[in-house]
Amino acid sequence: MDTHLTDDVVGPLPGDYKSDVKPIWCPGCGDYSVLAGITRAMANMGLERHDTVVVSGIGCSSRIPAYTSVYGYHTVHGRSLAVASGVKLARPELNVLIFGGDGDGFSIGGNHFLHACRRNVDMTYIVMDNQVYGMTKGQASPTTEADWCESKLTPEGPGVNPIQPVALALACGANFVARGFSNNPNEVARLIVEGVKHPGFSVIHILSPCVTFRPEQRGWKSTVHPYGREPTDDPNEAMRAVLEDDGFGLGIFLAGNRRPFQPESTATHSIAQIEEGFAV
Amino acid sequence: MTVDSVTIALVGSGGAGAMTAGQMLLDAAANVGWYGLMSRSTGPQIRGGEAAALVRLSPTPVHGPGDRFDIIIAFDWQNVERFAAELPLSEKSVIITDPSQGEVPAVLAASGAKQVELPIKELAGRIPGGRVNMVGLGAVAAIVGLPRAGIDAVIQKALGKKGDAAIQASNAGIDAGSREAAGWSLGLELAAPNKEGATRWNISGNEAAGLGALKGGVKFCAAYPITPATEILEWLAPNLAKTGGKLVQAEDELASIAMCLGASFSGVPSITATAGPGLSLMTECIGLGVASETPVVIVDVQRGGPSTGIPTKSEQSDLNIAVYGLHGDAPHLVVGPTSIGDCLFTTQWAVHLAEALQTPAIVLSDQAMGQSRAIVDKPADAPHKANRLLATDLGGEGKYLRYANTESGVSPAAIPGMPGGEHTADGLEHAENALPSSQASDHQKQLDKRLRKLTSYDYGDAWADIEGEGEIAVVTWGSATGPSREAVRRLEAAGTKARLVAIRLISPVQPAKLAAALDGVSKVLVVEQTHGAQFHKFLRGHYDLPGAVSVFSRPGPLPIRAREVHETLLSLI
Repeated sequence: MDTHLTDDVVGPLPGDYKSDVKPIWCPGCGDYSVLAGITRAMANMGLERHDTVVVSGIGCSSRIPAYTSVYGYHTVHGRSLAVASGVKLARPELNVLIFGGDGDGFSIGGNHFLHACRRNVDMTYIVMDNQVYGMTKGQASPTTEADWCESKLTPEGPGVNPIQPVALALACGANFVARGFSNNPNEVARLIVEGVKHPGFSVIHILSPCVTFRPEQRGWKSTVHPYGREPTDDPNEAMRAVLEDDGFGLGIFLAGNRRPFQPESTATHSIAQIEEGFAV
Repeated sequence: MTVDSVTIALVGSGGAGAMTAGQMLLDAAANVGWYGLMSRSTGPQIRGGEAAALVRLSPTPVHGPGDRFDIIIAFDWQNVERFAAELPLSEKSVIITDPSQGEVPAVLAASGAKQVELPIKELAGRIPGGRVNMVGLGAVAAIVGLPRAGIDAVIQKALGKKGDAAIQASNAGIDAGSREAAGWSLGLELAAPNKEGATRWNISGNEAAGLGALKGGVKFCAAYPITPATEILEWLAPNLAKTGGKLVQAEDELASIAMCLGASFSGVPSITATAGPGLSLMTECIGLGVASETPVVIVDVQRGGPSTGIPTKSEQSDLNIAVYGLHGDAPHLVVGPTSIGDCLFTTQWAVHLAEALQTPAIVLSDQAMGQSRAIVDKPADAPHKANRLLATDLGGEGKYLRYANTESGVSPAAIPGMPGGEHTADGLEHAENALPSSQASDHQKQLDKRLRKLTSYDYGDAWADIEGEGEIAVVTWGSATGPSREAVRRLEAAGTKARLVAIRLISPVQPAKLAAALDGVSKVLVVEQTHGAQFHKFLRGHYDLPGAVSVFSRPGPLPIRAREVHETLLSLI
């Protein structure tokens, strides 16, 4: 690992957390900046690469693990949160982060999202929302507007209302909920650091434009705005505020106090003792 | 005069306590040195509904259900017609019936079985706190000659905490039933137990599978309840905790297999248990385990299918999905225990194989083994442990090859916590360094390697149970092994040599070994419990079977009985 040596700083650099693999993303994709934010956050925290596991499903943003230099598991569509829960429950000492998109997380993986929020395992989910399936060339996702008519699959628009990921995360019991925007990787990094440090399940919703299938999202840079309130530890207060938000407010909505789920066990019996229970 | 086997059905709708009485009968028989088997016939009701405890007792180990029921004792006849087909009787059978519960249903009476009246309800009613099932237990105990000391120990164990009144009520009920039956002289007294026998266990197939997981070194289980596999998970919950492992309840089977893969990716041997519908949901992630070379064990306790099918009844019809259900060319392990006790060995072996070969292993148990309880000789300790090949030389920065194309096909694994082993395991096809690749050469190389590690491995003798000699052979698997074994032994006892080959290692196939096992055989009978003869077609697809091949194949829920296999064999000679 390269180390950055100055008079008073010895620590890893963001580049230490990048692999040599060139991303498959389109030029201008928001995910480049999110990747930069992720590696900055890892460097900021000085995570040991060998003690860090990143898990993803399928989709453009789910490609991130191979672009990092930590342990990664690029799994199947929609199941990243369940796989990551297995990692953290089995090996609580590891740092576990999950990367994915809106389709992977809220459509095919929706049930796991619900249960990851309520299970509250100590891990951090960075979901890059571009309101479209990019890898399959532009179909509506669960966060796409009902009247978006640019998909060949739903030329009249999907006709169903989008979900609000931040509100959903709060409703399902996530312990830390924040929103960032890919254009500001330093802020993305800050939110990730806060999320990783906060106990329990942290959801970081990142607006990350798809410049190929949703070019109008380039305009998000003038739509986003600071959320404008201090983080609360009260889910009810956070929920009330989120319901008034326009979906583009950035910041930390909730830093709650729910206890993470982490069953512990210590061997108290030998297998021979257990077997004795079967003896006639 | 005594008999060598007695088969008893205790029948009653919910609340009658038929299952409790059956369980106590089995436990009491175990206490006095007999062997036994208890299976259940239940409907879908959560509580109540028709139920029967099906118990077979013998001085020697019991391999499967009896040919017919020697005794049926009914606390009532509600809905018995729903499973009357599961209660074969003959004119030698005895139906013990309470006159207050009406006539013996015609479907049973037609067998010509002897009918004996016992006023069960009235006898129980005379005892404060008396229960019909204890009266029935007393009657059955007297008929088969079960010594009272065996029952006393069971009563003490079951009711000790409830106090003397409960014990006295049970004892009085048992005494009442015994007194009535003592004079019947039905000729069903069971031969004396062999006291010299080995240490014996009282265990169900589902418990045995759970124990096999523990003995193999499993430390993580993600669970989603499903009939008839739930008992594996419920047994593992406290026992994993006692041995330093963890069990977590998942939101569905998609999550349970995914959680297991995550735990295993981080180096912790993992297992889950399910039935056909759950296995269907898991298949995508099992394929991920194949591609990412992440070991995991899935116990499928088969039930009648397809779809929801018959959840409480047994069948062997998940063979095809277990072997062929993954998309792509996805070689993996499929094993099948050959008895209730063998659920221990086979599950333990599956953990060992999955870890050694870094691939998923499906254990095909079934309801007949999983939810039945047997008195068995204590299974021998097997050496099989989880022992994944870990990388010792990571080769310096960026040099580690997670999917190195080794001669054995097994690539030394790096797991989180090992500096220098960082890589991204992937379900995308990949190069040796784990990076995604769609190149033909990488695909070919990785497909070859993932197949080679399975086909070049030495599975030893455990691939099958092979018994006997002669020119006629039964080839079978799973819970069809028990009745097949008994049928072969009957043939031998009558002077005809015969062989039994029960294949434990379903996949990968072992053509050379089966050819050797069937050397000199001119007639083969394939025995299985499916409608579509799945096992026969599987054998035809992968093996050359010698001589004339016949098939005994029938779907559930009717169990295969030794008499049926025996008669089929006789017809072939």
